[in-house]
Amino acid sequence: MPLNLEPNIPDPDGFYDLLLAAHQGLSKDESDALNARLILVLANHIGDVDVLREALTAACNRSE
Amino acid sequence: MVDVRYDIAFRLYPYEKVPDQDLPPKRHPVVIVGGGPIGMALALDLGRKGTPVLVLDDHEGVGQGSRAICFAKRTLEIADRLGAGQAMVDKGVVWNVGKVFHGDDQVFEFNLQPEGGHKNPAFINLQQPYFEKFIVDEIRKAQDDGAPIEIRGCNAVTGLTPAADHVVLTVETPDGHYQVEADWLVACDGARSPLRDMMRLSFDGRVFEDNFLIADVKMTADFPTERWFWFEPPFKDSGQSALLHKQPDDIWRIDFQLGWDIDRAEELKEENVRARVDAMLGEGVAYTLEWTSIYTFQCRRMQAFRHDRVFFAGDAAHQVSPFGARGANSGIQDADNLAWKLDLVIRGLAPERLLDSYSEERVHGADENILNSTRATDFLTPKSEMSQIFRNAVLALAREHAFARPLVNSGRLSMPCVYDGLSLNGPDLLDGPKRTRVGAPAVDAPLGESHLLDHLPEGFTLLCIDASAPDLEAVDGVSLTHLNLSAEGNPLLADRYLGDAEGAVYLLRPDQHVVARWPAVSADEVRAAMQTALGKDVGCP
Repeated sequence: MPLNLEPNIPDPDGFYDLLLAAHQGLSKDESDALNARLILVLANHIGDVDVLREALTAACNRSE
Repeated sequence: MVDVRYDIAFRLYPYEKVPDQDLPPKRHPVVIVGGGPIGMALALDLGRKGTPVLVLDDHEGVGQGSRAICFAKRTLEIADRLGAGQAMVDKGVVWNVGKVFHGDDQVFEFNLQPEGGHKNPAFINLQQPYFEKFIVDEIRKAQDDGAPIEIRGCNAVTGLTPAADHVVLTVETPDGHYQVEADWLVACDGARSPLRDMMRLSFDGRVFEDNFLIADVKMTADFPTERWFWFEPPFKDSGQSALLHKQPDDIWRIDFQLGWDIDRAEELKEENVRARVDAMLGEGVAYTLEWTSIYTFQCRRMQAFRHDRVFFAGDAAHQVSPFGARGANSGIQDADNLAWKLDLVIRGLAPERLLDSYSEERVHGADENILNSTRATDFLTPKSEMSQIFRNAVLALAREHAFARPLVNSGRLSMPCVYDGLSLNGPDLLDGPKRTRVGAPAVDAPLGESHLLDHLPEGFTLLCIDASAPDLEAVDGVSLTHLNLSAEGNPLLADRYLGDAEGAVYLLRPDQHVVARWPAVSADEVRAAMQTALGKDVGCP
């Protein structure tokens, strides 16, 4: 299955809230550590290395 | 004068003046420079095949210090083929359980749990001097049986001149220098290989800026026979990581990762080593310091391991970090790979280009080892702030969640090399198990009260399992021995060699790697595969 880059989260605002809430009150170091753990947990859930490679590419090729 | 670079643990080959020293240079079919584990294993293998071999070593025996301590199953299987394996297993410490700690906390525990039906354990711990001594013991036995092996101690090679069909060596001894000619020369002279320098060959790779302190301590304390590894250890001044591992004779290997900017002489002072060891073992544990050393490491290899008449093997050809026990274990596979090829070429039974496959196959092996060892090192010593964050995230998650444990890398332990897709491989026409595919070394299996690998004859083997083989006993003068087996009532043999197939024919090389396999096969097909494995394939450059 290819990487899904179309909207896939039913309640986007609710999810964004969850993400920020998890970081609430954390120091920069603690937040960095949380993000790293979160990436590892999600990556394992996806499991498919082709999808992970596509995700890394999508994340690297951001336009700012 | 011959420089003494280290102290001797076992004085196995004291210097003796030989008549050649006063005569014009004598030609030898094979000269091996360096009497470490790789050079001696190669000498033993060649000598057992009847090919005359001369070993020149600049010392009179095996050096002190435990150095390589972890020997893998494939190494023990090769040593078994050479007759030295049982002594190693009898003396070695078998271990299966490993524990990984981060600071004060245990992150997880693993068990190598070797599967059944193998003669040899997954790993043993054994000090390198014993490993070397057992090979030399076997050389002495082979010599008594007429094997043409000669070892000259305190013979240091100081010069090398290539000629058209041989090389000339200048050899320094306590009685002055003399010259030796070699049709083929194998440099097994270690990571700092003087021969490599004499030939001005490069040795490129990556330097890791880190120092590791080894302390071998002798104690009768009641620690279990397990491998304990700490990331960011909690004991005072212990550096970024530490390791505790048992060896025979009540000796424990302790490793401390000290970082880059250290004062080596200061760190090696007994009181400073003891302070670290005390902090790790706890107050009141009595021990003696047997051996200490500080090492740094690099991951690098030569471009090619054959340079015309000269071969490089072991650390002289490739160097890895110690994590994963891939140094000596891969060097033994070099010797295993080169011996039969050199023997057949010297006998005129195979073309010289068979020798190029030594470089092709063992460069492949070295790259695999360098990759694994570099990855382990990057996990152990994160090179950036973010890699440190990810490393610690893995360790934090591994305590709670099984998924993160395979990501923890304190060294991926040496596995046998598979020569996937290389020049000497024949066809893989059996829809068989992956582990015994073409290029892989034969996997052991039970055979009644004994084991399969013990039954493999020297030389090329046609292994027929519930299949009939064509009547073919030699190809172009190279003999082929048949071994007929049945997997009936032997589910492990079936599982490892047949899979879903009803029968199979495997062609094995003298180093037990699979050349080709078929569900059924004709004499012509076997002949063609064997010619490929002998480097005669016309498709081969």
